Amino acid sequence: MYVKQLSVFIENREGRMEKVTETLAKNNINIVCISLADTSEYGMLRMIVSDPEEGKRVLKEEGFSAMLTDVVGVKLPHYFGALNKLTREMSALGLNIEYMYAFTSGGDNASIIIKSSDNVKALDAVKNAGLSLVVPEEAYSL
Amino acid sequence: MIWNESRECMSRDEMMTMQGKRLAKQVNNVYHNVEFYRKKMQQLGIEPGDITRIEDISKLPYTTKDDLRDNYPFGLLAVPQSQIVRVHASSGTTGKATVVSYTRKDIEVWSECVTRELVMCGLGIDDVIQVAYGYGLFTGGLGLHYGAENLGCTTVPMSTGNTKRLVTMMEDFGATAIACTPSYLLHIGEVIEEMNALDRIKLKVAICGAEPWTETMRLQIEEKLHIHAHDIYGLSEICGPGVAADCIYHKGLHVQEDHYYPEIVSPDTLNPIADGEVGELVFTTLTKEGMPLIRYRTKDLTSIDRTPCECGRTLPRISRFKGRTDDMLIIRGVNVFPSQVEAALLEMGEVTPHYLMIVDRVNNLDTLEVQVEVEERFFSDEVKELENLTKKISAVLQSALQIAVKVKLVEPRSLERSMGKAVRVIDKRKLV
Repeated sequence: MYVKQLSVFIENREGRMEKVTETLAKNNINIVCISLADTSEYGMLRMIVSDPEEGKRVLKEEGFSAMLTDVVGVKLPHYFGALNKLTREMSALGLNIEYMYAFTSGGDNASIIIKSSDNVKALDAVKNAGLSLVVPEEAYSL
Repeated sequence: MIWNESRECMSRDEMMTMQGKRLAKQVNNVYHNVEFYRKKMQQLGIEPGDITRIEDISKLPYTTKDDLRDNYPFGLLAVPQSQIVRVHASSGTTGKATVVSYTRKDIEVWSECVTRELVMCGLGIDDVIQVAYGYGLFTGGLGLHYGAENLGCTTVPMSTGNTKRLVTMMEDFGATAIACTPSYLLHIGEVIEEMNALDRIKLKVAICGAEPWTETMRLQIEEKLHIHAHDIYGLSEICGPGVAADCIYHKGLHVQEDHYYPEIVSPDTLNPIADGEVGELVFTTLTKEGMPLIRYRTKDLTSIDRTPCECGRTLPRISRFKGRTDDMLIIRGVNVFPSQVEAALLEMGEVTPHYLMIVDRVNNLDTLEVQVEVEERFFSDEVKELENLTKKISAVLQSALQIAVKVKLVEPRSLERSMGKAVRVIDKRKLV
């Protein structure tokens, strides 16, 4: 139901991002989509990868703070108002959006990853909006 | 178990009588054999005959680290150099190294003191101890080594360097004790965790010293490694580790005062300070032959308790060190000790005991940045949560230190791990 997102704490200094991508590359882990939140001191890298558990393991082995978080993946058709439909349902249920980022597979659908204040209610919002979920296997194999 | 009951449990009266006799003899010795002390005593108008009781010690001049540097390397010897069997030196961060020389008897007395303390920590002939202090000019390695051998422990001279090998041997040899700096022990703990070796090792006691650490850190080490951790204190000028250590009751460090006589004085006025009050620790080596020191100012800040201990020893106890007058930073006019930062951080529980203080001066204003490693279990992928954590740490430090503190979260294990004395402070201020 939920997609496992791999999150990594990265200090703002040269070479850290390279080290993360190198570690994943060496272990044949594909990055499906990526988002980097930045603050003045550090960055928070959030990714959907082909093998989240293994990704976390190899990053931790390299000394990174890495964790897995359950997030909701939603398919959004390419027409205006699709995202608005979803956010309307979310706010109707009193949900707060902690963060979100988009990815696309180049086909008819775009997809969006959402972390909200309540993951269970978020599923209801998706249903109410008449949208469909990105199932984990689908997300990892893109 | 007590190694030398007749000395360690001596009544105060008997001890003071013995100390008085030893002091009179030592003063006579330095007056006749060390030009430095003869001149100093002559300037003050004191003769050896004026010193008959231990109370007379307050008439004597002080010795400082500068005096040791001025007389580098062998100017303070009280015996011909042919009687010196060993030399140690402490790294001089400023200028020349401080060199100390030992006769065969000095080594024996030093070993005896370390042995008493290892027994105090619960060790006996069946124990296997890994000595993971540096071996060499530094007194830590050889000091603990000789004390452990003298006791009859199976002594493994690991020194520092390869931590994985240390853990492998800890497991293979069934080591029950380790001696190292507290910060190195934390690192060893991490490696034990990485190697999933905690269930396979037999470690029960750690004897840690050579750098100040807090009671909270001691308890955290005990909990994490399921061991008893003891504090051992010493300084090369007096002998090295072995001057004092804490017993199983952990209510201060017992000083081996039949050999190393402690006083607490005000660092400003140099007047004696009452028992229980914090001041600078001063030592007189009552029995040392090679390089005896009279009223040596250690720059370490502590207080003394002369009441008997639950363990049965009458040796007085000095409290855990508040820091060294040398370590004290003055930031915007406020006195700050790294130990305060450590205690505040550890009480929060959300960060590891690894931290680095960076002091700088920006636009003529002192700034303090404290870098801390985020504990894995408190890590969050939400920036909001990490910012809350940063704010919380800042607030805790600010209330502990009474100055503004900028907190920077860093990746776990990114702060440098030391095998010897940990670097906790970088002072970038350029004072002109």
